[in-house]
Amino acid sequence: MGRVRTVFEKSVDGRRGSSVPSSGFPKRDLDEMIPKKFIRSTPLNLPKLSEPEVVRHYTNLSRMNYSIDVGFYPLGSCTMKYNPKMNEIISRFEGFTFIHPYQPEESVQGALRIMYELQEKLKKITGMDHFTLQPSAGAHGEFTGMLIIKKYHEDRGDFKRKKVLIPDSAHGTNPASSAMCGFEVVELKSGKDGRVDLAELKSKLNDEVAALMLTNPNTLGLYEKEIEKIADLVHDAGALLYYDGANLNAILGRIKPGDMGFDVVHLNLHKTFSTPHGMGGPGAGPVGVKEKLRDFLPVPIVDFKNGRFYLNYDLPKSIGRVRSFHGNFIVMVKALAYVDFMGEEGLKKVAELSVLNANYMRKKISEFLKIPYNDFCMHEFVASGEELKKYGVKTIDLAKRLMDYGFHPPTIYFPLIVHEAIMIEPTETETKETLDNFIEALKKIVEEAKSDPNLLKNAPTKTPVGRLDEVRAVRKPKLRWRGDDK
Amino acid sequence: MKRYTRTHEWIEVDGKVGRVGITNYAQDQLGDIVFVELPEIGKELRKGEVLCTVESVKSASDVYAPVSGKVVEVNVDLDSQPEKINKDAEGEGWIAKMELSNPSELDELMTEEEYEKFCSQGE
Amino acid sequence: MGDEQSYRSYIPHTDEEIKTMLDEIGVSSIDELFELATGKKGTAILKLDRGMNEWEILKKFEKLADENMDFHFGAIFMGGGIYNHFIPSALLEIANRGEFLTAYTPYQPEISQGTLQALFEYQTMICELTGMEVSNSSMYDGASALAEAVLMGYRLNQKKKVIISKTVHPEYRDVVKTYSQGLGIRIREINYDEGSGMVNFNELFESMDDETSSVVLQYPNFFGVLEDIERIGKKVKEKGNVILIVVSNPIALSILEPPGSFGADIVVGEGQPLGNTPNFGGPGFGFFATREKFLRKMPGRLIGETVDTSGNTGYVMTFQTREQHIRREKATSNICSNHAHNAVMAAIYLSLLGSDGLRKVAENSVINAHYLLERIENAGYNRKFDSPFFNEFAVECHNLDKLNRELLKNRILGPLDLGKFYPELRGVGLFCATELTRSDDIEALIEVMKGMK
Repeated sequence: MGRVRTVFEKSVDGRRGSSVPSSGFPKRDLDEMIPKKFIRSTPLNLPKLSEPEVVRHYTNLSRMNYSIDVGFYPLGSCTMKYNPKMNEIISRFEGFTFIHPYQPEESVQGALRIMYELQEKLKKITGMDHFTLQPSAGAHGEFTGMLIIKKYHEDRGDFKRKKVLIPDSAHGTNPASSAMCGFEVVELKSGKDGRVDLAELKSKLNDEVAALMLTNPNTLGLYEKEIEKIADLVHDAGALLYYDGANLNAILGRIKPGDMGFDVVHLNLHKTFSTPHGMGGPGAGPVGVKEKLRDFLPVPIVDFKNGRFYLNYDLPKSIGRVRSFHGNFIVMVKALAYVDFMGEEGLKKVAELSVLNANYMRKKISEFLKIPYNDFCMHEFVASGEELKKYGVKTIDLAKRLMDYGFHPPTIYFPLIVHEAIMIEPTETETKETLDNFIEALKKIVEEAKSDPNLLKNAPTKTPVGRLDEVRAVRKPKLRWRGDDK
Repeated sequence: MKRYTRTHEWIEVDGKVGRVGITNYAQDQLGDIVFVELPEIGKELRKGEVLCTVESVKSASDVYAPVSGKVVEVNVDLDSQPEKINKDAEGEGWIAKMELSNPSELDELMTEEEYEKFCSQGE
Repeated sequence: MGDEQSYRSYIPHTDEEIKTMLDEIGVSSIDELFELATGKKGTAILKLDRGMNEWEILKKFEKLADENMDFHFGAIFMGGGIYNHFIPSALLEIANRGEFLTAYTPYQPEISQGTLQALFEYQTMICELTGMEVSNSSMYDGASALAEAVLMGYRLNQKKKVIISKTVHPEYRDVVKTYSQGLGIRIREINYDEGSGMVNFNELFESMDDETSSVVLQYPNFFGVLEDIERIGKKVKEKGNVILIVVSNPIALSILEPPGSFGADIVVGEGQPLGNTPNFGGPGFGFFATREKFLRKMPGRLIGETVDTSGNTGYVMTFQTREQHIRREKATSNICSNHAHNAVMAAIYLSLLGSDGLRKVAENSVINAHYLLERIENAGYNRKFDSPFFNEFAVECHNLDKLNRELLKNRILGPLDLGKFYPELRGVGLFCATELTRSDDIEALIEVMKGMK
């Protein structure tokens, strides 16, 4: 497949791809209504194409994308499960898409009911007492949750808790979100088994610590077996325990973060609850809290009184809004449809089969690749490409070669505590045949690394473009199309 | 006199002023350098504080002051040609000149021989 | 009753396969596997209902959708940040292709060129509209984009006072306050002029001092009024080392001189008007554009053009060292997931409309809004502010609650009550027109309004 010219290069003056409605009121010159100094004199260069040209342009672009609908996508920590088509149909109902956020509440009872039901079901799933659906993504949820924690301590008159403990295996968003709240980040070194080291935790806990941020299972796919002890230590020090819900898929329906002792939880509806990732978003990052933190939630929350759903702004200690309007409503619609479809039994099966798939792959892959923390894992595990280095091959080469076999590579070089990390998360929606095919391909590639490493170093060769020069992209930045380029 | 740090910086002192950069070993580990966030002239630093940041495509690495002192000059060529660090890390790829406030700190640093040995031991 | 195990549509394992896999792992059951992995026995009880089948789900949600009053073809006079514009059929058909919808962030560029090129084109279009040099590939919404702009201003000049006009969307101001609290940034809000509905110039200029990090305006502002950014931009530049941030409506920018021409340093806004349905307020997307010299301080993902090993043009995510997965607590923002799909919808929308089409949308919105105002004034109502406006204007409505209830009975979505955000403007309605505002709808509105006089 060759390069698709940009939409700007295809533009021809005089073409158009849409008919613009007009009300038929008498035409008036713009400068009768808007003073000349405001009227645009700067040229506006948007592409001019007919509808079929636009359709072909974007269809051809779409064909250069790998996606779940195309194949296996074992990206660790991203939970690339199947996105049900039912959800897409529902989310396009006009009663959901053509409603305005400021409509009177009596005219959007259906929408508010969806939000309320989702809040209630997420409470049951996580064991938390209250939820906000406002945050737009996981990192946005983290920011919301950490601000709640900050406000909670300050409300108690405790202003010295400026530090947040974060394991060295954590997602980069954890320290970044904490920093945005004004916290100082203190890194916790993982123990020998890849889990939280209790001695290390104890040594770092004191009355300046606001919270410990954890994901359980952690980014190695390992369950923190001593989570209750960890929770006690954190609480005894007067700090709170934050749950990064990126890995909730592993325990869905079987273990509740609320039961483990977490005080604040964020979820990723676009991971665990099957809503599509859309090339990077939109997602949704609801935040659940225990009772004592309710008053700090962002306003408004959805409540129910006298037979009606309403937006409750009456939280005087609220951290405030974290975005406009009510959050990513359409994403909530899809997530609720998913929860209703799966039911309690189905949600448990999600955890069970995602863990089964991961352990099956771990077992088989451990026969030909090193797995540094090779213990019974949850929904994902991390292998290492370090042993391939002696053949002059890096993990990135192995990842690129997987593309030639028709697979999306796993997450690589994360978590940072494993050298040449290859982080594999199969999810529950993949068949055994798919897993076997992937394992077979990976095995072949490891053999190729030994016999003909150039196959890996020159990969991919069957993709629309070969390896791209990222150094040039920074040294000679070209971040928009310009007419004089070509 | 040229000295090296365990965090892979070098300093070459001439009188009261020393030229500072990252070592050839460090540039090789980092790969293509695409950006150097140069320090401000006049900035006072204590030994071990962050002098500036050097970026490759996938990493941002802090460069630490090998000694205490004041930044008196920076290598503005690196703004447009950060690749100079890859080409000549311990020459034309120097980052800043520092006026030493405590020259005795140099004694705590490694000689070229010691540094070579340090690198060959892997870290 | 439906299928007892609907979930099996998405979870493919047969009993036999499960057994084979358990044998491979060397455990006898899934429960045992969980016990070994977690050190715990048993499973929680959620008290959720049994799963529904697909037909039941469709029926349930159809009913829920019916409990909302939608305005696809209806009479809607409400704006305030979310607007009802026409969405071409081709847009929805292409944007909802699984190859766009079910792809992840383009971390592997060789198999994500579709996403990357579409977003590169999107960035170009945002630069064109805003008059800025670089655009990121989207934020969550206009409000969080503004909050991030304010934080970026702080990163640029390390000053902690932010001046923000009360004519900026009230919810955006709320979000700026939320984002600022952790870093100790102080917010100074500037009143609007009661006659013009513009920011009070004198108060704005007087409050600008050496501590001022940024000045935030909206254009057209929340009241629909065209704020005199040129005049303010000049003052800000005179002061020096102050970042001018402008919130804008991308459709308006097709006919309005872009903020970039008036010295804006950062231009942000809600992108929903560009080809995204109202969605009860989300998801739309935030756009974020700035000057090239500030590139390394900006938040969000950036797409750049480069070449592959054979010299072919291709696209990659670039300047990633700004981002959280590399710089962690020192990143320019914590943002990871953004609203890429909504941004691609905007790119498709703008490709279908082109410059002429988009201008026409804007012009028709202005014409319709001015016609609407005339009809309302003829019905004996008074406009609140007397400045030039784009497609929204404020009108004193006496008993606005009652008017809006009456309108709703007639399936007309009336104006936004400004009293919701400005207690002193209780009873003042913010009316909005777009290219979709019909003459019939205006007459129906006027009918009810006349009856309320």
